[in-house]
Amino acid sequence: MKQNAAKKIAFLGLAASLSLLLSYVELLLPPVYAAVPGIKLGLPNIVILYLLYSLGLRYAAPVSLIRLCISSLLFGNAMTFAYSLAGALLSMLVMCILKKTGFLSEIGVSVAGGVSHNLGQILVAVLLLDTPQIAYYMIVLAITGTVSGIFIGLCGAYLIRRIPPRKLFIF
Amino acid sequence: MQYCSNHSGRKYRHDLLFIGGLLLIIAAASLALFLFRVPGDTVTVTVDGQVWGEFSLSENRTVEITGADGYNLLVIANGQAYVSEASCPDGICSSHRPISHDGESIICLPNRVVISVQRQDDRQPDIIS
Repeated sequence: MKQNAAKKIAFLGLAASLSLLLSYVELLLPPVYAAVPGIKLGLPNIVILYLLYSLGLRYAAPVSLIRLCISSLLFGNAMTFAYSLAGALLSMLVMCILKKTGFLSEIGVSVAGGVSHNLGQILVAVLLLDTPQIAYYMIVLAITGTVSGIFIGLCGAYLIRRIPPRKLFIF
Repeated sequence: MQYCSNHSGRKYRHDLLFIGGLLLIIAAASLALFLFRVPGDTVTVTVDGQVWGEFSLSENRTVEITGADGYNLLVIANGQAYVSEASCPDGICSSHRPISHDGESIICLPNRVVISVQRQDDRQPDIIS
């Protein structure tokens, strides 16, 4: 049993560092549209989506939070941490509920996650900066959230089919 | 296709419906914003949530706004307002297109500056908010 726990911890660490690495890779990509901040592919979310589907929230949520804390420390500041945290929590909640209903596939769930992530960020930006005008960004961010959600969903769905949980060495 | 197994074929149709609905909402929202826009006449500048200054859109002028973390050079010309130069690192405000309609705004997050256009003549107590 103890060995199992150690395996799980090691796996969580590995998954967190993989998603952290993906957030670094994302920094290397050129910005798509510099006029609106916050447009990203969200590559680390491939890992999160995979974990959510193959191992459940108990793996996806901690990896997402660890990734978020470290990447904010390394690449961001207190503000980006607040935005990302709100986005991550809201999208995790939405994706979890939608996954439970079974109405959508991984791709639809990922799109909902992408859009709700941006919605969470906008809400926090409006609250923290006390400027409701920021909400206009939501139109652009909803479109980019949908596009990146489809991309992340396709990648995630491919991984979920290719790497079934029993093939992960932790079980 | 590999993704379309018999079990989840219906889910992919739901996906398409969901994404289509989402795009429809976005299109409707942006269309509504575009159709119901009215020309503004006043430029209001706020720094850190406080009103910093108000200027008429009909007078050409250049104003240096002192923000929380630097300056933004606001230019009002030909009934339009834009930022020609700023000290912020990202330059999002200075690459923003000129604004002239009610409710449009240019936001500089690093300097905490919001430049927005209003329509002053029919401004009433806001009952909606």
